[in-house]
Order: sequence, then structure tokens, then C-alpha cells
Amino acid sequence: MKAILVLTSLGIISLLAEIFRFRRALYPIVILGLMGAIATTVSYWWYDDGDFAKYFGGMINFEDSSVIFSTIIISTGLLWFLMSDTFFNKENPRTDLVALVLFAMVGAVILTCYTNMAMLFLGVEILSIPLYVLAGSRKDSLSSNEAAFKYFIMGAFASAFLLFGIALVYGATGSFNLGVIGQVVEAKKEVLPGFFMVGVLMLVVSLLFKVSAAPFHFWAPDVYQGAPTHVTAFMSTIVKTAAIVAILRLFLSVVFDDITSFWMPVILVCVGITFVVSNVSAAVQNNVKRMLAYSSISHAGFLLLAVGAFNAYSAKAIVFYTAAYSVGSILAFAVLTNVIKDHTGGPVESFNGLGKKNPFMALVMTIALLSLAGIPPTAGFFGKYYVFNAALQAGHVWLVILGIIGSLIGVYYYFRIIIAMYFKDANEEASVEPSKQHQLVMFVTAVIIIVLGLLPDLILGIGSAAEVVAAK
Amino acid sequence: MSAIQIIPIEWYLTLSAILFGMGALGVMYRKNAIILLMCIEMMLNAVNLSLVAFSAHHSDPGAQVFVFFIMAVAAAEVAVGLAILIMLYRNTGTTDVEVLNRMKW
Repeated sequence: MKAILVLTSLGIISLLAEIFRFRRALYPIVILGLMGAIATTVSYWWYDDGDFAKYFGGMINFEDSSVIFSTIIISTGLLWFLMSDTFFNKENPRTDLVALVLFAMVGAVILTCYTNMAMLFLGVEILSIPLYVLAGSRKDSLSSNEAAFKYFIMGAFASAFLLFGIALVYGATGSFNLGVIGQVVEAKKEVLPGFFMVGVLMLVVSLLFKVSAAPFHFWAPDVYQGAPTHVTAFMSTIVKTAAIVAILRLFLSVVFDDITSFWMPVILVCVGITFVVSNVSAAVQNNVKRMLAYSSISHAGFLLLAVGAFNAYSAKAIVFYTAAYSVGSILAFAVLTNVIKDHTGGPVESFNGLGKKNPFMALVMTIALLSLAGIPPTAGFFGKYYVFNAALQAGHVWLVILGIIGSLIGVYYYFRIIIAMYFKDANEEASVEPSKQHQLVMFVTAVIIIVLGLLPDLILGIGSAAEVVAAK
Repeated sequence: MSAIQIIPIEWYLTLSAILFGMGALGVMYRKNAIILLMCIEMMLNAVNLSLVAFSAHHSDPGAQVFVFFIMAVAAAEVAVGLAILIMLYRNTGTTDVEVLNRMKW
């Protein structure tokens, strides 16, 4: 909760920086502030789950799972800021962009701790509205405009569905509080009106929109490709984590657990479609950025499979997967922004000969891609392993088989880049030397990926505490 | 019993569902960006209508507060949406969303 305050005040400070002319000092202030936000978030870990973690009259409950996911989100945000100095033009920063990113992170943190439908709605909107602007932050580029407009229309459309779902659930149960809704559903399961089920269905659909799971993914590739690459990195890590946590809190808690037979098939069918559509589409892409967009849709499928498993392993798997996936994506995008300067991405051939031109970047990119493909000894392997484990315990054998086939297709398109880097000759002499700061980010993320791949218990022990007890 | 409670809740629900459906169909099938924005507003106001009706039905003011949240957020959203639209208009000279086809497959 204190993280929300810290992030909000950082955002306001960024806006003031424009007026009081301390723009040059802003970047260090934001980095330090984010570290402070991580520290205050982690400090909640040692609190008991008492009333003092509740805020706004119980509309926010900052419990163990919120601590874990907020820490993942803010740490990813810190890494993102470190890799995005070129996006803000560090010497003379665009302070409005800094503020928008920080406000979007506030929304993401709210989604990890809401216990009330009002906070769910506000969290989704606080996360989305700044991102509409960020996606269009290259005002002169038509692709950026197109991305912003598509994202806006689809985001507002999904928000309307979310709201109608909330309204119908409220109409049936008479409360916005998740705990009360859960009690009513449990007590009156048989006599709830028909529109309650329609409402739950609309909630599922709108949240699937937000995580960009197929068949509700059609906006994602265009938006991810057209938006500035740094914004794409933000959307495919922090936004995805926040959206999946929102689903986790709503469906994997006491709220709708008595009517699983109703909403579960929807999620499972979407997982199956996602595995097929995203991986096949990614395999036929030649634009690296668009390929990463489809790959992030396929990762949303894996996260949803863990939700669909609905057992004691789910939360653990999601914690590990989001951490591994966020770090891997940040690393891949950090390399991408250094290799391909064009913000709509470029062909796989842009990576030709990178192994000779810049062995360090080629190595860390290989680590990132191996992790995204799920090959040991990287973090991504254990992420997929725990998801499959959870799904098998729940008996979803066919989805696991589909997921494995999807991963194999994934190996094909990730390895195309690795092959281009090491076995093709460079076609141009343009040097690609990342700045010291980018090298640091790449090094740190690569080390995290390897360490998590060798010692998965580091996070797994914490992950078992992520069982959502929301709204009790 | 106030006037809003005399009419059965199903009627309000049907009306707001019709409005919501019209808005949703409009977003999917209309090509003018300004009409798209209006359709989204219509969907949000359909939700407001059903929330207010439910609020009277349950005699619970919570939903009316929620309506204020929705109005505030919808205002922010439309402000951003119109800004994006103006940016688009400056670059393309049209409000037809058919021009937004630079990226495919």
C-alpha cells in the first residue's frame, strides 16, 4: 500500500520537475524512489495478515500475494526504467512520459491488492489510460498513432464489458465487496438469477482481453508492433503480470470458487486456442518485434493454464512464471532496442552476425531467448515445468500436450534469431555498442535468469505463500 | 415506494442491455472514429443506468457512488481518446478508421 503512495508521489514529482526545472535530477530521483517503493513493499512481508494491511475501508488488502506480485511488478519497473533512458532522453527528460509510466505502475499495484470491484475497475483504468498515451507517444509516426487508437478502442471496449459484468454481479449479490459476493454466491448458489452468470462471463471475457489471450488477442500484435519499443516492453511485462494477477484474485480466491464449472471451461478453451494461434502466427513472422508480440500472447496462454489448473500449485507456478517471463522479456527488449533502432521493429536478418560484432549482446540475447523458449538451465524452463505440473495435477492432459507442441514451435522461432546471430555474416558495418547502463541491465537480468534456472527454490519457497486469501 | 422502484428491475435491465448491445455493435461495425467514441460512451452509460436501477432495487447507495467513479473515469478516457483522434487526424487528414491498416499479420 505504501508503494502506491510512493509511486503516486514520484509521478507528481515528475510533473513538478517540469515547472521547477529540476528535470536533469529527475532520472536519479525516480530510480531511488522505485528502490524505496520495493523496500516498503517487501517490509509488508513480515506483517501479520491483520487489519492493518487493509486500507480505504477494506477496499484494499495488502496480503502476502500482493507483496510478492507488487515486488515483481515494481522490480520489473525498475529494470524497465534502467533500460529506457534513451526513451526519456536522460539529459533532458520528457517528464510527462515518466509521470505516465509511474501512474500506470500505480494501477498495476492496485490490481495486486484489490478486494472490491470498484478498486478492480479503477486499477484497470489507471493502468490503461496512461498506456493509451504512451503507445501514441511518437506523435509524428503513423504506426504509433494507429497503435494508440487501436489500443484505446479495444481497451475502452473491454472496460465497458468489465463494468457491465460488475453491474450484473452487483445486481445479483447486492455488493461490490469480493468477500460479501463470495458469501452470497456460496449461500444462494441455486437461486442466483440468470444474469449473474452473464455478468461472470463478461468479467472473464474482459480480463481475457486485457491479458490478450486468443481469441481476444487480435489487437495485441498491432499495438505491440506500432508502439515505441520501450512501451511494448512495458506492456508485455508489467501489464501482463498485473492483468493475470487481477484474474488470479478474482477467480482463484473465495469469490467464484463455488461456480468453477461455469467459468472454467471458458478459460480452458481460450488456453487451447491461444497455444495454437499465437505460436503458429509467431512462426510465420519475420519482424522480430511482432514475433515477440505473438510470443507474449503465447506466454499469456501458459499463465492462464496455471489459472485453469485451479489447485494448490497454481499460485506458485504463476509467481515463478511471471518473474521468469518479465526478466526474460526485459532482457530481450533491451537487446532489441539496441540492435534495431526503427521503432516498428525489423527483420530477423538485423541480428545477422551479432555474435561477431558484439559477443556480449549475442550471449545475453541467447540466454533471454532460451528462457522464453523454456530450455534448461534457464528460469523459463522451470516456469513452464511448474505450470505443466499444476495442469497435470488438475488432469488437463490435452492442454499440456498442446502447450508442449506450442513450446516446440516456440523453439523454432526463437532459434531463428540465435542462428542469425551466430551463423550468418553481418550484412552491414553499423556498430552496435550499448551504453554502460544498458550493459549493466543486460548483465543483471541474464544473471537472474541463470540463477533462477539453477536454484528455482529461491522464489518457489516464497511462491507457496501466494495463495490468495483475498477478501476473507 | 419511489417511482424508480415501481417499474420492475427486469425492464431497466432489458433497456440497458439493448443500449449496451447497440454500443457494442457500433464499435464493431462503424468506421468513423468519432462514432466509435460515442458508441463507447453509450456502453458506459448503459452500465450506469443498470447500476442506478440496481441501487434503487437493493436500497443501497453504493452503486450510485460507483456511477460517479464511472463518470469520472469515462471523462478521462474520452479526453485521452479525443487527443489520440486529433493526433491521428493531423497525420492522416481523416477520421475514417479504415486508414489504420499499416500493420497486418
